[in-house]
Amino acid sequence: MNVVVCVKQIPDPADPGALDPTTKTLKRDGKLILDESDSYGVEMALQLVTAAGGGEVTLVSMAPNGEVSGLRTALAMGAAKAILVSDDALAGSDALGTAKVLAKAIERVEGADLILTATESSDGYTGTVPEQVAGLLDLPSVTFAKHIEVDGSTVKVQRQTEAGYDDVECPLPAVVSVTAGVVEPRYPSFKGIMAAKSKPVDTLTVADLGLDASQVGWAGAGQEIVSIEEAPAREAGEVIEDDGTAFEKIVAYLDNLKVL
Amino acid sequence: MDLSLTEAERDLVELCRDFAQKEIAPRAPLAWEEARCPTDLLREMGELGLLGMLIPEEWGGIGMTTVGFVAAMEQIGRADQSVAAAWQAHVTIGSLPLYLFGTDDQRERWLRPLAEGRALGAFGLTEPDAGSDARGIRTRAERTDGGWLINGRKTFISNAGTDMSFGVTLLARTGGDGDGGPPRYGSFVVEKGTPGFTMGPKMRGIGWRGLDTRELWFDDVWVPDDHLVGDPEMGLGQFLRTLEMGRISIAALSLSLTQAVLDLATAYAKDRVQFGQPISQFQAVQFKLADIATELEAARWLTYRAAWLRDTGQPFQKEAAMAKLKASRVAAWAASEAVQVHGGVGYMLDSPVARFYCDSKVLEIGEGTNEIQHLVIARALGC
Ligand SMILES: Cc1cc2nc3c(=O)[nH]c(=O)nc-3n(C[C@H](O)[C@H](O)[C@H](O)COP(=O)(O)OP(=O)(O)OC[C@H]3O[C@@H](n4cnc5c(N)ncnc54)[C@H](O)[C@@H]3O)c2cc1C
Ligand SMILES: Cc1cc2nc3c(=O)[nH]c(=O)nc-3n(C[C@H](O)[C@H](O)[C@H](O)COP(=O)(O)OP(=O)(O)OC[C@H]3O[C@@H](n4cnc5c(N)ncnc54)[C@H](O)[C@@H]3O)c2cc1C
Repeated sequence: MNVVVCVKQIPDPADPGALDPTTKTLKRDGKLILDESDSYGVEMALQLVTAAGGGEVTLVSMAPNGEVSGLRTALAMGAAKAILVSDDALAGSDALGTAKVLAKAIERVEGADLILTATESSDGYTGTVPEQVAGLLDLPSVTFAKHIEVDGSTVKVQRQTEAGYDDVECPLPAVVSVTAGVVEPRYPSFKGIMAAKSKPVDTLTVADLGLDASQVGWAGAGQEIVSIEEAPAREAGEVIEDDGTAFEKIVAYLDNLKVL
Repeated sequence: MDLSLTEAERDLVELCRDFAQKEIAPRAPLAWEEARCPTDLLREMGELGLLGMLIPEEWGGIGMTTVGFVAAMEQIGRADQSVAAAWQAHVTIGSLPLYLFGTDDQRERWLRPLAEGRALGAFGLTEPDAGSDARGIRTRAERTDGGWLINGRKTFISNAGTDMSFGVTLLARTGGDGDGGPPRYGSFVVEKGTPGFTMGPKMRGIGWRGLDTRELWFDDVWVPDDHLVGDPEMGLGQFLRTLEMGRISIAALSLSLTQAVLDLATAYAKDRVQFGQPISQFQAVQFKLADIATELEAARWLTYRAAWLRDTGQPFQKEAAMAKLKASRVAAWAASEAVQVHGGVGYMLDSPVARFYCDSKVLEIGEGTNEIQHLVIARALGC
C-alpha cells in the first residue's frame, strides 16, 4: 500500500510571521518547518502502511527556495522519499495554482493508493487545496477524516461532523484530508533523523511537471489580495471582583455566549 | 581546540530539546511529586534512540560522542533532574561495563535491549559498609561448578527496581580474604527473578524523587559462568574506568540544573515587583544572577573539555573529576541562590525552583563524593 502525503512547509509559527506589504503575502524567506497540521497525515500514512504490512509513504510539497527542512522532519518520522516542487515562477500561487502543482507531482508517484492532506494548513488555511487536488486528479475526495481504514481497494473513513462522525466509504485511489489532533505524531528518532539525510528528495520545476508558467504563480492566480490590515489589538478582558455573587455574573456571561 | 558541535550533535540536541520541553517538562513533575519513576518517559526516550547514547550502532545504540551526550544532557536535565539521573545512570554505569568488558554473547543478550531502550540498566557497587571505599565491599561471589554463588547486600542502587529494569550488574569480591592474596573483584549480571535476589522498597531522598533507588539483597544467588562480565579478578579496575565517564555525566547533569535555576531566577526577578520596581533592578539580585551565569560558563567549559578529551582518546580522569567537582558545587550553590531570588515562593515545593533545589544536593554525593574528587585530583598532582 503506497500513500502520498501532501506536506506544506511553513514559517515557524513560534517566530511571529510578517506580511510583505508589496505582495501582501506571508514572507517565506527564512527556514520553513513541517506544518504541524500535516504531521497528523504523515503519522496516519505511516500507520496505514504498517497495518497493510508493506508499501511506502511518499511526500509531496511545494515550497520556495528549494526548502527541505520540513520534508526532512517527515522523512525522519519514516516517510521513504519526497517530491519537492520549487520554482520562482510559483511565487504568488493561489490555492488552485498550488493544487495544480501538487496534482501534477502526485501523478508522478507510481502506484499511489491513497493521497492524504490536512484539512487546512496552519498559515494559509483556505482549506480548499485537498478538494481541488482531488478534482484535478479526478479522484473521490473525502474530508475531515478522524479515522482511516483500508480494506482491499476500499477506504473506510470516519468523517468528523459537528454531531459526531459519519462512516463513509469510497474506492481507492482517493484524496482524504485528515483532521488535526486525531493521531499522536511520533517524534523522529535519532536514527530516523540520520537516515532522513540520505533519503531521496526529487526537486522539480514547473517545466519538469509539464505545466506552463502562465498557469501558476502570480500569472495564473485567479485570486487577488486586495488589501491587508493589522488585526485589531485584543481588548482587555472583563474583571469580576468577587463580592459573593461573582458566580452569578460568570454564569450570566457564559449564558450570553450560549456555551451553557 | 574546537568545541563547536557537529551536525549530528546539533540534530541530537534539537531532538532532546523538543522532547524535553514537550514531554518531560509537563509530565515529570507529577512523577516527582508521587515519588514514582516515570518509566513511560524513559521508554519513549528509548524509542528515540536516547538510551543507546554511548553504544555503537552495531549493538543497538546511536554511537554518540561524549560531547554530544553532554549537550543532550543539558537539554534533558533542564526539564527534569530525576529523569535525567535515571537516564544517565543507564547510559553510563548501567550500560558501559557490558559494552566495554562483555563478550559478544553478553552484549547481544543484555546490552542490545538496554541500547535499544527496551530495558533499563543498573550497576551495584555501593554497600552499607562500603561507599567511597569501594575496595571494602563484602558481597562475595564464590566459584562453584559451572557458575558463581553470590551473597551480600547493595544499597542506594538506581534503576534496578522499576518495571523496566532487567536486573543489575554488580561488583563482588571473588578472592583475597583468607587466601593470603590481594583482594580481587569480578562483575556479574544478576537478572530480575533469579532465586535469592530480592530488593527493598524505593528509598526516599531529599530530591531525585523520580529516581528508583533501592537496597538489593543476594542470598545464595547462583549464576552460571556466562554471567561473569570481564575479568574475574580485575573487576574493580574495570568498573572504576566506567565511573570516570559517570563523572562527566554528573557534571553535565549539574550544568543542566544550573541553567534551569538561572533561567527560573532571571525570569522571576524580571517579573517580581517590590518597592515599585522589578527586583532585577536591584544590584544585589543582578549580581547573584551574573555570578551564577559566570560560574555556569566556567563549569561548562571544564565539562566539555573533559568530554572532548575522552572523545579524542586522551587521558581525562583528572579533568572529569575537576568537572564533576566544580559543576556540582556550582549547581548546589546556584540552586540555593536561585531560591533566595524567589523568596518565599521559592521555598514552596510547588515551585519548580524548589524542586531543583532539592535535586541539587545529591550532585555533590553521587558517582564519587566531592571529597573523593579532591583525592583523585590531588593524586594526579602527585600527592
Ligand atoms: C494571491 C496569493 C498569493 C500567494 N503567494 C504565495 C507566495 O508567493 N509564496 C508561497 O509560498 N505561498 C503563496 N501563497 C499561499 C500559497 O499559495 C498557499 O499554499 C495556497 O494558497 C494553499 O492555500 P492554503 O495553505 O490555504 O491550503 P489549504 O487548502 O488550507 O491546505 C490544505 C492542505 O493541503 C496541502 N497543501 C497546501 N499547500 C501545500 C503545499 N504548498 N505543499 C504541499 N501541500 C500543500 C496540505 O496538506 C495542507 O494542509 C499565496 C496565496 C495567494 C492567495
Ligand atoms: C540517589 C543516589 C543514587 C545512587 N545510585 C547508585 C548506584 O546506582 N550504584 C551504586 O553503586 N551506588 C549508588 N549510589 C551510592 C553513591 O555512589 C555513594 O553514596 C557515594 O559514593 C558515597 O558513598 P557513601 O554514601 O557510602 O558515603 P561514605 O563513603 O560513607 O562517605 C561519607 C562522607 O565521608 C567522606 N569521605 C569518605 N572517605 C573519605 C576520604 N578518604 N577522605 C575524605 N572524605 C572522605 C565522604 O566524602 C562523605 O562526605 C547512589 C547514591 C545516591 C544518594
